[in-house]
Amino acid sequence: MHIILLIFFFLPLLVIGLPKRFSDYRSLLFAAVQLGTFLFLSLQLNEVISSGPITNYYAWVPELGLNLDLRLDALSLSFGLLITGIGTLVFLFGHQYMKSYDGRGRFSIYLFLFSGAMLGLVFSENMMLLFIFWELTSVLSFLLISFFHEKVEARKAAFQSLFITGFGGLSLLAGIILLGTQVDSYSISVWVEQAATIKESPYYLPGLILILLGALTKSAQFPFHFWLPGAMQAPGPVSAYLHSATMVKAGFYLLARLNPVLGETKEWIYILSLVGLTTMLIGSYMALTKKDIKSILAFTTINALGVLVLLMGIDTVASIKAALLFLFIHAFYKAALFMVAGMLEKKTGTRDITLMGGLRKKLPITFVVTTLLVLSMAGLPPMLGFLGKELIYEAKLQLPGLAGVVLVFGVISNILLVAISMLFVYRIFLGSPGQTPKNPNEKGFLLILGPVLLAFASLFFGLFPRALGSTLIESALSGIIREPIFVKLKLWHGFNDVFFLSLFTIVAGLALSYALIWQASILRAWEKLNKRLFFFSPAELFQSMIDGFVEFSDRKTNVLQHGYHRYYILTVFVFAALAIWFQVIYTWGWDPEVTFSLMPFNVSVLILVIVLATIFITLTKSRIAAIIAMGVIGYGISLIYLYYSAVDLAITQILVETLIVVMFVLVLQKLPKFARLSSRWTKIRDFLIALSFGSVMTVVAIKAIHLDFNHPISDYFVEKSYLEAFGKNVVNVILVDFRAMDTMGEVIVLVIAAMGAALLFNVKKHKA
Amino acid sequence: MNSTILQIAQRYVRFLLIVFALLALIRGHNSPGGGFIAGLLAGLSMVMKSFAYTIDEVVKNMKISPGGLMALGLLLILVSTFPSILNGAEFMKGYWLVFNLPLLGDIKLGTPLVFDTGVFFGVIGVTRLFFFSLKLAE
Repeated sequence: MHIILLIFFFLPLLVIGLPKRFSDYRSLLFAAVQLGTFLFLSLQLNEVISSGPITNYYAWVPELGLNLDLRLDALSLSFGLLITGIGTLVFLFGHQYMKSYDGRGRFSIYLFLFSGAMLGLVFSENMMLLFIFWELTSVLSFLLISFFHEKVEARKAAFQSLFITGFGGLSLLAGIILLGTQVDSYSISVWVEQAATIKESPYYLPGLILILLGALTKSAQFPFHFWLPGAMQAPGPVSAYLHSATMVKAGFYLLARLNPVLGETKEWIYILSLVGLTTMLIGSYMALTKKDIKSILAFTTINALGVLVLLMGIDTVASIKAALLFLFIHAFYKAALFMVAGMLEKKTGTRDITLMGGLRKKLPITFVVTTLLVLSMAGLPPMLGFLGKELIYEAKLQLPGLAGVVLVFGVISNILLVAISMLFVYRIFLGSPGQTPKNPNEKGFLLILGPVLLAFASLFFGLFPRALGSTLIESALSGIIREPIFVKLKLWHGFNDVFFLSLFTIVAGLALSYALIWQASILRAWEKLNKRLFFFSPAELFQSMIDGFVEFSDRKTNVLQHGYHRYYILTVFVFAALAIWFQVIYTWGWDPEVTFSLMPFNVSVLILVIVLATIFITLTKSRIAAIIAMGVIGYGISLIYLYYSAVDLAITQILVETLIVVMFVLVLQKLPKFARLSSRWTKIRDFLIALSFGSVMTVVAIKAIHLDFNHPISDYFVEKSYLEAFGKNVVNVILVDFRAMDTMGEVIVLVIAAMGAALLFNVKKHKA
Repeated sequence: MNSTILQIAQRYVRFLLIVFALLALIRGHNSPGGGFIAGLLAGLSMVMKSFAYTIDEVVKNMKISPGGLMALGLLLILVSTFPSILNGAEFMKGYWLVFNLPLLGDIKLGTPLVFDTGVFFGVIGVTRLFFFSLKLAE
């Protein structure tokens, strides 16, 4: 499995190097890789089902508990099949769809990397690894949404989605660490084994909330749902792949994966069912009055994600079974519908549903396919969606305590969904012909291929549900609920409660859509009502919060970063002096050496020269004299080094001093004439600051002599220098061998500083 | 500045400086010297040249840009870590090759020398870049 991930992450790098004329075929190559992975994974299916998960362990940073541990169990496998299966179709679709755009090579690389990250996410056995892939999907989603970066809406939406999912990712990380420290491991299998410990620990609730924040933001749950409609700024393939079939399902995947660890508690059930229920209702309600076809689909996706989370929250065998099945059903029809939406946008030149209409004659194949898909979305027989809805009703009936409420809202949301589905087909394909900017036709085989295949998959599995149920769903379930389960799916359940609920839903939904179609004024009135009800949107609220924050930081930065060099230095010195003084006084406990002696004579003369030069600097009016006096100080210090036989240090000091004097002289040429501008008070203030900083350095120096190390490290260096590093110059051996890593860092810092200086001076490129 | 005396003198002085720098670099492991000092010395040689000629001439005639020197230095530092990584030893562990040559005695070449050479080139590049940035900033 490591090899699969390596292919997914390194193939794009290889592809970048290909000659230009092949670059248009990248997406086809990627589609082929996806298909290959899909086939490979399906071949593993039997083995995983019969003999349990396949594991591949590789230690990466074991000290941090971060290992490249991959595990392929039925749940991962089912997600893997979904990712690569839909991925294949989306890449084929994208090949055609993106043909007219610049940067399509970049686009396909991002998309391919994304599918690699998704695969990594579902294969991870280690929570830390999972988090890394989780963040990777957020970042790639940002890059893909902002693909049309010249549009301001696309940039805004991309930022919004990154902000929300990034925030969720961070809290997920915090939750992982919090719970990981309880059992001292980040391995998911260890978590599952020690689920009882985790549930009993006092950190269970905070950890749960943090992890749920991660999962719920990713899956666009209320109140974070608003990033998903915004994400519709992305090109068609992205909406079909990331924002309906895969990435938004990652949150659900995490919930399913952690259900054995965190689930079955009151907190889990209440939080998830409540959030899921709200999201479900909001999704279907808002979808009804939207005009943008991608917006409609986005809100129905939110509805579906709400259903998934709700079912996960109900947390019974039946509900999780329903959730897993619904996940596939939804991925099938929604990815296909998004492809249809992308295609319509391409062919008609608009996404506004009111401009379309009567397209069935121009796009007959699309009409048939869309009708099939929409039937699945509405949950009508004989499509797979019908089965899903039956199971969901059954699951909701079983929820202890809340069944009534959940069921009522569930039925309402499904009625709305039926109406939306009918309106969707009617307004695009039936009715009177609309005025679209472009005249559509059925060209582009690859555009329709995906929807056709997925529509027939929905139909096929709807008619023969056992093919899906007994193999994949059953074993995937066993990964979540740890007992053998037999999933029997059939289209006809007999006349029971569920059947009548379905019947009622469909009839009411059809009635609603009928009313909305024949009385267009109702829909318009409804729209107006909605506008008044939701006078602020969460997206706008979010935007104004961000704007306010930026303004706040702006003001704060202006106060702190005033741009006056003298005040920066002042701040640094005052703060450093205070901090060090505090530390020195706090840890006094030693008697300073106070005996004063002028011996050795030559050193005290040197020091006298240095002191005199220092005093001269503060008094002189000539800059050049000050620089020279500073040179005197520097050379004086290097002579002291020399006296105490630190030859290397002395040489370095002399050279640096020379260079600095030369550079200062260069700067001096550019300064204005010297003038005394400081007032008496500034002088006194500066004098005090200088005094406090100088005195603190003196105290530190005196204290350094008194520090008593049992074994100075210098002894070790002197001893080992020649024996182990073959060098007689200890200073140099420390620099290039014992402490080579530090030196490396220093050289890098120097290089960065030099580049920074060059930038500051605004030097144009050297014409070397 | 355009001074004939400096122009003639700097040729010889710079040559001496470079020789000194190389000497300091090679002997650094056993006696005072080393890559940093050698780099500063070699960097000073270019400063000296720029006093004798105008800065544009110096920059134009430069064989290798400061950026190139810095990159070369960092590259050498990187290369010097490869033996330790390939051997799976502690990161940046030193490795030595000992040659026994007639007349010259034992010659030891090792990764620390490569590392020090990297520091040498890095420091030359940094010194030049600082200096030219100042000089060119008009």
